[in-house]
Amino acid sequence: MDVQTWTYIIVGINFPIYIGIAIWSKAGSTGEFYVAGGGVHPLANGMATAADWMSAASFISMAGLISFMGYDGAVYLMGWTGGYVLLALLLAPYLRKFGKFTVPDFIGDRYYSNLARTVAVVCALFVSFTYVSGQMRGVGVVFSRFLEVEINTGIFIGMGIVFFYAVMGGMKGITYTQVAQYCVLIFAFMVPVFFISIQLTGQFLPQLGFGAQLSDSGNYLLDHLDGLHEQLGFTAYTDGSKSMQDVFFITAALMIGTAGLPHVIVRFFTVPRVKDARLSAGYALVFIAILYTTAPALAAFARTNLIHTVSDKSYQDMPEWFTKWEHTGLIQFEDKNQDGTIQYVANPEQNELIIDRDIMVLANPEIAQLPNWVIALVAAGGLAAALSTAAGLLLVISTAVSHDLIKKQINPTISEKGELMVARTAAAFAVVVAGYFGINPPDFVAAVVALAFGLAAASFFPAIVLGIFYSRMNKEGAITGMVVGLISMLLYILKFKFGFLGGGGPEDWWFGISPEGFGTVAMIINFVVAMVVSRVTPPPPPHIKEMIANIRRP
Amino acid sequence: MSNSSSRYWQRNKRYLLILLILWFVVSYGFGILLAPLLDHIRVGGFKLGFWFAQQGSIYAFVAIIFVYVYLMNKLDKSYTEEDGA
Repeated sequence: MDVQTWTYIIVGINFPIYIGIAIWSKAGSTGEFYVAGGGVHPLANGMATAADWMSAASFISMAGLISFMGYDGAVYLMGWTGGYVLLALLLAPYLRKFGKFTVPDFIGDRYYSNLARTVAVVCALFVSFTYVSGQMRGVGVVFSRFLEVEINTGIFIGMGIVFFYAVMGGMKGITYTQVAQYCVLIFAFMVPVFFISIQLTGQFLPQLGFGAQLSDSGNYLLDHLDGLHEQLGFTAYTDGSKSMQDVFFITAALMIGTAGLPHVIVRFFTVPRVKDARLSAGYALVFIAILYTTAPALAAFARTNLIHTVSDKSYQDMPEWFTKWEHTGLIQFEDKNQDGTIQYVANPEQNELIIDRDIMVLANPEIAQLPNWVIALVAAGGLAAALSTAAGLLLVISTAVSHDLIKKQINPTISEKGELMVARTAAAFAVVVAGYFGINPPDFVAAVVALAFGLAAASFFPAIVLGIFYSRMNKEGAITGMVVGLISMLLYILKFKFGFLGGGGPEDWWFGISPEGFGTVAMIINFVVAMVVSRVTPPPPPHIKEMIANIRRP
Repeated sequence: MSNSSSRYWQRNKRYLLILLILWFVVSYGFGILLAPLLDHIRVGGFKLGFWFAQQGSIYAFVAIIFVYVYLMNKLDKSYTEEDGA
């Protein structure tokens, strides 16, 4: 059977499962809609968190990115896992003990201020919308590539599915579909890598194959790859080209941003007890680590395979996948010296081949000549990754509107039924907006993703940590901290990503820190400003001190 | 805050401090700041600094969380016993 038929079969089996789960776990109350009634088993929550967290970017783009970045790819690997240590140790258990529905809930109550609540709502909305448009785009790309429909048609199908289970099932529906989606995506990610690892190194586990000897030459894989890179003029694979302080700051910004992302934090409101929150953060990281320790191995395998296949080979002899991906524009070949062979080198004057990083995962099974059903599986996995993340984000958006804005501020007397209705409408509205951005992607998506992490790091993380660990922190300190942190992050991005305020290139970066890493600095600014302001303004009222004492008890 | 609550909180903070130092050392320390130095040591096909940056730190993160879960469950238990008595 060909790839297309396999894709229809595998995707065709998956989608009814997701929808079936959504019907089975339909939310009946706001508690179920917002936090699945607080009754999710820590293991299930761990899986759901992993699926929620691992987006189309983790599944499709990350291994490809690492494969072009070498050592520098560590910023994503450490940055997107290390944040779970902060979550498990500093945030999740206390927020669970606090026991409401959302992050703005905590900020608003702890800082006894609706202004603080509103700042938190704005941040949550901004971060989530930025993120979700990228996910819808991912859905469209996978559909168009594997089902050979228009990208836009793909986005409409994706919107329909997400609409169904996010709007109907709320958090309860999302949680259990995410459990199913985790299983699909991890299976789809791992199977091709097992094959490739055995082909190249004879090791079944990619984590071992990564450091093993190649079956054909007996050289270590990484030494061989460093050698290839040297020959072609690239920096050695295991060295990287970013400065040490930039690697340090980007890693920190991603870690802290991860710990401050509302759609991740809110997952820990869904488990029954404080100890379950800690445990499920551990499970979540195990499930994430399976993919995140495999991805760098896959990156190295794919890089080796790619160079072997294309470097100094005749264009005529290229395999079928090469021309197929050329049609999509993701591979571009220009025979600059007219010799009919492909020169893939670091020097841009002589280099004849441009490869989009996304195909390293999508085309990987074809490059390694794996069976058609494996290729179809990768399509299903990519869809699961994109859909699960999109649903989690849409829920944060709808909750921020119905709970934090309407119920808590505009109309506190709204009935439970009315609130649920508003939540569903907001979710439906958010699906449409996300779909719009997926179809008409703003060309600054890449820039705003850095901003999303930076904002989460610069706003939520300090406000929550200080709220728990520093009982003297008052509303004046927290609000000024968040606002100053946010503004400094925005200004830095505007200056160095969009060229406002005089713009500037890498040589003008403060202390050599890129906009991606500036979230760390903005977070420090937030902490310092908050501490100073809180010292010169009145302490929080007594009932807040009691609340803090209470969340610190198990 | 009662005596046992404050003891519980002090103990919790000590665990956090130690575990966060470990968290920092395996990632920022071994994976970034000391990576060029550790790269002179080889384990199989890996340079050690590179291994920490792309593999080892992640395993360590998982271990740190589960150690914390274990310590806190024990602490919770002794707290409820003390509080009940």
